Amino acid sequence: MEEILHAEGLCKTFTLSRKQQKIERTTAKRKTAVDHLTFSAYRGEIFGLLGPNGAGKTTTLRMLSTLIRPDEGDAILDGCSVVNQPSEVRGKIGFLTSELKLEDFFTPNYLFDFFSRLHGVEEATIRERKERMFCRFGIDKFAEVKVANLSTGMKQKLSLVISLVHDPEIIIFDEPTNGLDVLTARTVTDYLQELRSEGKTIILSTHIFSLVERLCDRVGIIIDGRMTVCGTLNEVCGGIPLEDRFFNIYKELKGGEA
Amino acid sequence: MKSNIWTIIKKEFARFFGDKQLIFTAVIMPGLLIYLIYSLMGTGINNMIADSENQQITLQVENMPESMSTMLLAHNVPPMCKVELGPFSDNDIKKLNDKELNLLLIRFPSDFDQQVEDYNSLQSEAIPNIEIYYNSANMASNIVYDRLHDEIMSFERGYQINESEAAEPTKQYDVADESIGSMIWSKILPMLILMMLFSGVMAIAPSAIAGEKERGTIATLLVTPMKRNELAIGKIVSLSCIALLSGISSFIGIALSLPNMISAEDANLGFDYTFNDYIALMFIIFSSVLIMASAVSLLSALAKDVKNAGTMITPFMLVVMLCGLMPLMQDGASESITTYCIPFYNSIQAMTAVFAHNLNWGFVAITLAANIVFASVAVWGLTKMFNSEKVMFSK
Repeated sequence: MEEILHAEGLCKTFTLSRKQQKIERTTAKRKTAVDHLTFSAYRGEIFGLLGPNGAGKTTTLRMLSTLIRPDEGDAILDGCSVVNQPSEVRGKIGFLTSELKLEDFFTPNYLFDFFSRLHGVEEATIRERKERMFCRFGIDKFAEVKVANLSTGMKQKLSLVISLVHDPEIIIFDEPTNGLDVLTARTVTDYLQELRSEGKTIILSTHIFSLVERLCDRVGIIIDGRMTVCGTLNEVCGGIPLEDRFFNIYKELKGGEA
Repeated sequence: MKSNIWTIIKKEFARFFGDKQLIFTAVIMPGLLIYLIYSLMGTGINNMIADSENQQITLQVENMPESMSTMLLAHNVPPMCKVELGPFSDNDIKKLNDKELNLLLIRFPSDFDQQVEDYNSLQSEAIPNIEIYYNSANMASNIVYDRLHDEIMSFERGYQINESEAAEPTKQYDVADESIGSMIWSKILPMLILMMLFSGVMAIAPSAIAGEKERGTIATLLVTPMKRNELAIGKIVSLSCIALLSGISSFIGIALSLPNMISAEDANLGFDYTFNDYIALMFIIFSSVLIMASAVSLLSALAKDVKNAGTMITPFMLVVMLCGLMPLMQDGASESITTYCIPFYNSIQAMTAVFAHNLNWGFVAITLAANIVFASVAVWGLTKMFNSEKVMFSK
């Protein structure tokens, strides 16, 4: 197996405002979101980052996508460092998260061309890829409708398509099925499997156990910013359902608090 | 790099020119509003003057001196004025004070001409005194007062000039229209231009940067391989171009309303600038727009949302306005090189010089260079901000 992503000792802390300190009932001024996280992903696999809300999944993915800089550690994606070569890393990844929005004013057609050009894709390739992707996700009928007038599901599908305009080798998706109806969610998960069959590497974060069981080749469970366990689904589960395994780990770490 | 900057510029243009409401607000409305407001103001003022000229006013002159009679009465008294020569009493002044009579009273000393002669030949230090009583709340009274006052001042100036220029008696004191006109333009237009350009920048820049942060669309741009400085340059250049359009609209509004603002007889107020003046103005305006867009972009990037950007930009706008008011408080443009190195202030000073028919290419060049340096620093600053997760993602 060819290692295409390696994160080594990733750390990220945030300063807490007084309001946040009150909410979290702490006097500490800084909070560790990600604590020396190390893991690898291999070419052609779907790697799932599983964890409860606030575990540090999104922060990890934001560091991998170079939106934020790690305080310590580094991650190498397809030979490029997120710390030293952020621009090159951005050219190699497709990143999808609910945090990234598309301008309501523009149409899918315009946005596909715009982001393709920013990724340096050739004009002929843009046309061919746009036709194929729009057709695959049913966006073709809405190609000239402003984003503001698209349904939530269609917006999500468009965001997915836009994140892949440059046909990246590594695809990082943060909670890709959140807020989607079952039909749209299915379209997305089916497409992730398609991408895997094309040899792409997919890193996805989720707190949905069934999604991990259905899609992921390998999984890492993050709790309180730390990687508690990481391996193939069989290695992590050890013959019991993933959900049960997760709660066992959680109880071991937190002593029964839920 | 070039292609990414151009892609960003094209996107900003597509966003702007595709939004009819934005075009109307940022480009059509400023010019249209200025045209309507100035035209209405002009029409109103002209109507007030016309009304006042229909009023009858009595000009009572006590001790009319020989030297002033032709000057004052021959052609400088408005037609609605009825002139009466003869003494007036304190009772007349009281009536004027009580606004009972439409009066304007002038009292010369009985030996006015002799006093002037003595003062002029240094035989006396006593300055001849003329008493004028008028009603400042009455337009007709004001108009007559202004004209008489101008004539008396001109009479006084003539004496002072003759005194100092005694060796050259044929030399004439020439108060040409061009000097008065250019003096007015040099004091008013730089501020107007600066404010118009600033309002153009304000109409679009906060939405283009703080708005993108607020809507979460800037993050989508930040995960592309485009360099942050390309994004900064693309934003600043496109915003400058759009703001310039807004400025041009305001300028057209002023130009079209000008004939309504000033009456036909005063229309030629020295607005006769050369090709070089216009070229210099163009350079100054372009570079001014660039630094305005840069500064507003920096503040917008720091702001959390569009509303916050507006709050942050207001104090800055007041400083720019203050720079715009400087020509009103000074006599001509500054001659100090340092002045032309200070952003905004340099643009005002350089424009003042151009409008005062006093173009200095050296100062224009320094202004341009200083503004380009400032814009480059702003691009660097904006790049840093686009790179800063604290600035870009803090809520």
